[in-house]
Amino acid sequence: MPDSNAPAEALRHRFLTLEILRYNPQEAGSLPRLQSYRIEEADGMTLFIALNEIRTRQDPTLQFDFVCRAGICGSCAMMVNGRPRLACRTLTLDYPDHITLTPLPFFELIGDLSVNTGKWMRGMSERLATWLHGREETVDVTRIEERMEPEVAEAIYEMDRCVECGCCVAACGTAQMREDFVGAVGFGKIARFRLDPRDTRTDDDFYEVIGDDRGVFGCMSLLACHDVCPKNLPLQTQIAFLRRKMAMVG
Amino acid sequence: MKTILTDVLVIGGGLAGLRTAIGAKQRGHEVIVLTLVPPKRSHSAAAQGGMQASLANVTNGIGDNEDIHFGDTVRGSDWGCDQIVARMFVNTSPKAVRELAAWGTPWSRVRRGDREVIINSQKVTLTERDTAHGLIAQRDFGGTKKWRTCYVSDGTGHAMLFTTSDQAIRHGIEVHERVEALALIHDGARCYGAVVRNLITGELSAYLAKATAIAAGGAGRLYRVTTNAVICEGMGHALALETGVAALGNMEAIQFHPTGIFPAGILVTEGCRGDGGLLRDVDGHRFMPDYEPEKKELASRDVVSRRMEEHIRKGKGVPTRFGPHLWLDITLLGRRHIEHNLREVKEICGSFLGIDPAEKWIPVRPAQHYTMGGVRTRHTGESPYLKGLFAAGEAACWDLHGFNRLGGNSVAETVVAGMIVGEFISDFCDRPDNNIAPPLTLAQEFVRREEIRLQELLAANGQESAFALLAEMQDTMTRCVGIFREAEGLSEGVTTLQRLLQRSGNLKLTGKSWGSNPELVAAYRLKRMLKLALTIAYGAYQRTESRGAHFREDFPQRNDRDWLKRTLASWPDEDATLPHLAYERLEVRKMELPPGWRGYGTRNYIDHPDTPIRQAEVERLREKLDAADRFAVQEALMPYRDKLPAVLRNHNERLDEPLEDNAHA
Repeated sequence: MPDSNAPAEALRHRFLTLEILRYNPQEAGSLPRLQSYRIEEADGMTLFIALNEIRTRQDPTLQFDFVCRAGICGSCAMMVNGRPRLACRTLTLDYPDHITLTPLPFFELIGDLSVNTGKWMRGMSERLATWLHGREETVDVTRIEERMEPEVAEAIYEMDRCVECGCCVAACGTAQMREDFVGAVGFGKIARFRLDPRDTRTDDDFYEVIGDDRGVFGCMSLLACHDVCPKNLPLQTQIAFLRRKMAMVG
Repeated sequence: MKTILTDVLVIGGGLAGLRTAIGAKQRGHEVIVLTLVPPKRSHSAAAQGGMQASLANVTNGIGDNEDIHFGDTVRGSDWGCDQIVARMFVNTSPKAVRELAAWGTPWSRVRRGDREVIINSQKVTLTERDTAHGLIAQRDFGGTKKWRTCYVSDGTGHAMLFTTSDQAIRHGIEVHERVEALALIHDGARCYGAVVRNLITGELSAYLAKATAIAAGGAGRLYRVTTNAVICEGMGHALALETGVAALGNMEAIQFHPTGIFPAGILVTEGCRGDGGLLRDVDGHRFMPDYEPEKKELASRDVVSRRMEEHIRKGKGVPTRFGPHLWLDITLLGRRHIEHNLREVKEICGSFLGIDPAEKWIPVRPAQHYTMGGVRTRHTGESPYLKGLFAAGEAACWDLHGFNRLGGNSVAETVVAGMIVGEFISDFCDRPDNNIAPPLTLAQEFVRREEIRLQELLAANGQESAFALLAEMQDTMTRCVGIFREAEGLSEGVTTLQRLLQRSGNLKLTGKSWGSNPELVAAYRLKRMLKLALTIAYGAYQRTESRGAHFREDFPQRNDRDWLKRTLASWPDEDATLPHLAYERLEVRKMELPPGWRGYGTRNYIDHPDTPIRQAEVERLREKLDAADRFAVQEALMPYRDKLPAVLRNHNERLDEPLEDNAHA
C-alpha cells in the first residue's frame, strides 16, 4: 500500500525546466523557437498537470491538446525528449529535471504542441474504408445477435484498442519520407477488420488498399511504431502477418 | 460572413451526436456535425464498464427483460425520471446493442460451461448455457436486479465510439472538427442554427439548419474534482440557457461516482465492484455491508458515494495531506481477471499511481461524474420552448435519469437517444411546414453580436484572470454543492458564484490573438459556466428535500408530497445573476411504477397523496390481468408504444423469449 503519511522531506520538490517548441503558423511573423519554463514539481505530476500550470500561471497563449487526461482518448501525443508519448500519462518523476517538448512531426501543425491528427486520421479511414463491410445492408435488430467465439471477440478488441494518437506514425521511418504512407495505425485497422468474421472483404480487397509502397510494402520493418505504441498493440506481428498475406496475393 | 446551409446541424461529435447524425442521414437529410475535438476523442470513449440492455444471455441474467430494466431505472432515478421515456429507452437498448454488433463492435461474448467469479467476496462457480455460447455477455453493475451490462472488456465506450464514428465516415457525414458553437441563432420562437467559431483560425460562420441538435455532453468541469474530460464544460447546456427561452431540467441532479482515483479524480470503472471488488477503510475493514446489507458495494452510485463520505466523516478515511480517502480492493479478483477484463484499470493505476492493482489497493474517493440535468425536451428530443431545437444524450433532459443515473445507462442512452431522436428529427425535417427561408439578416446580427463580444474581451483592460475565476468557481462547486448539501453552504455557494459572475465582467487577457487562443476560449466560456453553476447551486438551494444524488442534510427525506416535480431553469434576463426557476409536476396517477422504497438506501420519504390511490389502481389492474402476458399488463398500466418511432416499436427476442411474428407491434 502507498505510504499515506508522506514524510516532510517529500514536500521539497525539484524545479523542472520545460523547454517547449513555440510556433504559431496562423500568426504572421511567428518563427519556431524553443522557450523555457520553470516550475516546481508536485507529487504525481504528469505533463498534463505541468502544462496546464504553465498555461494558467505563466503563459496563457501556450497551445496543446488534452481531452480525457487519463490516457484513453489519444489527444495529447507529443515528442517528450525526442520520443512520441501520451503527455497525460507521462509522470515528470520518470524524467530528469530538463524536459524538451516538441509537437508530433508528420501531422499538420496547429500551433506549439497542438497538431491536427484528427484530419489525417479521417483521411486514412476514408482511404482504407475502416468500417465493417457486413453481409447485409440492414440487420433485424429485434432478433438475437449473430454469434461469435469469445476468443475471436477478444482478438478483435485487442486491435480495436488503438486510440489513433499518431505516435506510431510520428516514429515511423517511412512516414518521414512518404507523406502518403498509411502507417502502423492503418495496418492495425486492416488487421482488425481482417480478423472480423462479420467483414466480407477478402485479401484481394485489402490488397487494393494496402498492397503497394504507400501500404505494407513501404514498411522498412524498423518497427519504432511497435516500441512507442502507448496501448502496446501487437503491431510487429500484425504488420509482418499482413505483409506475408499481401505478398501472397500480389 | 460565411453561411453554411444544411438540413440538420448536430452540435457534438460523441456517441449521441454521431448516432443522431447517422439516423438523419439514413433518412436522406444532409447533416453536419460540429465538434471541439476529433469525434473519436469525445468523452464517450471514457465509458469503461458497459451498456445496459436486457439481453438475458448470461446465467445471472436469465429472466431479465424490459420490465426489470425499467423498474431498476425508475428506482435508480428515485422516481424523478419520466417513466414513458424510461419505457422507450429499455425497449430500444437491446436493439442498440445489436445494431452496434452488426456494425462491428467487438462485444465480449459468453463462453459455455463453468467459470469462477467473485460474488460478495466468495468464489462462486457459474455455469453458462450451451445455447448462450457466443452471444453477447453481461456483467453485474450497481442498482440492477440482473446481470445486464453488456461490455467490451473495459473499453466499452471506446469500442462503441470507434464503431459509430467509422459508420459516420462510411455514410459520408461531414464532421467539422475543432469548431465551437458560440450561440444559437433564433428569434425567440424558432431555432435556425448556430454561430460557429473555428478554434484554429478564429473565423466566425453562420450554420443555418432546419433542425439543430445539442449533443455536447456533460458539465463536470464546473467542479474541481471530476472524472470528466476537460472538454465537458457544459457548453451545450449553455447554448440553450443563453437563448433565454429554452429551459434546463433538474440541473441540481449531479452524480458523484464512488471510485475516482484519489486525488486526481480519474475514473476507475464500476465494473471493478460489479466483478467483485470491495471498498475498505483505514483499518482494512469492508464497511459497505454495515450500511447496505442487501446491495453492499453495488447499491446505486448516489447511495454508495454518500455512504463512503459518511464513513470518512466518522474518521474512517485514510489520512493524507490532500485529505482522506478510502480503498478499492480488487486484488481478490486475481491477476488473470484484472489483466483481461479490467486492463484499462490496470493501466490507469500503473500510469497515475505507480501501483499494480492485482497486488495493492487503489486509493479512491467519490468525484463528480455525471450531469443528470440538461436541455429540457419532450420524449421526441425537441425542446418545447424553441421549435427546431433538439437535444440528445448527457446534454439533454428528456428525462431518463431523474435524480440518479444507473451505471451502464449513460452510454446506453447516447445511442438509444440517437436512434430515437434521429428518427424524430427526420420526421420534423420531412414536414414541409418546417422548411425555412434562410434568415440571413438574423444570422448576420447574431454573428455580429458574437464578434463584438469577442473584440470586447480581447480589448478589455480589467483586473481579473479568466483562469483564476474558473478555478474559484470549481472550488466553490466542489465545496458547497457536493454530495452533502445544506442551506448555509448552498447559500454561500450561490452568493460566491454571483460575485464571480460580476467579476467575470472585468477581465484582462494577456494574449490578444483572434485565432487559436486558449485564454480567449476560457474567457468566453467563463460567464456561461458561471450561469450554469448557478442553475445547479440555486436549484439545489431551492429544492428542500433529498432525492437520488441531491442530498440535503437539513431535509433528509424524499418529499413526494411537495417535490415530485422537475426543476426548469431558464435565464430570460441576460444581466440577471440568478436563473428563473419554474417547476413541472410529475403525474403519479399516470405512473406505471408509483413511488416507493428503492430497495437500498434509507427508507425515509413522505408520500404523495396520489401514491396510495395509484398503488391500489396498479394492483387492481395487475390482478385483473393476471392471465395476460407481460406486454398486455404493461400496456394497461401505462401505454407508451405509440410514442416510439414506428421502426423501434417491436419486441426484442431472447433465448427464453422467442419472437414469433412481432405481432404485438
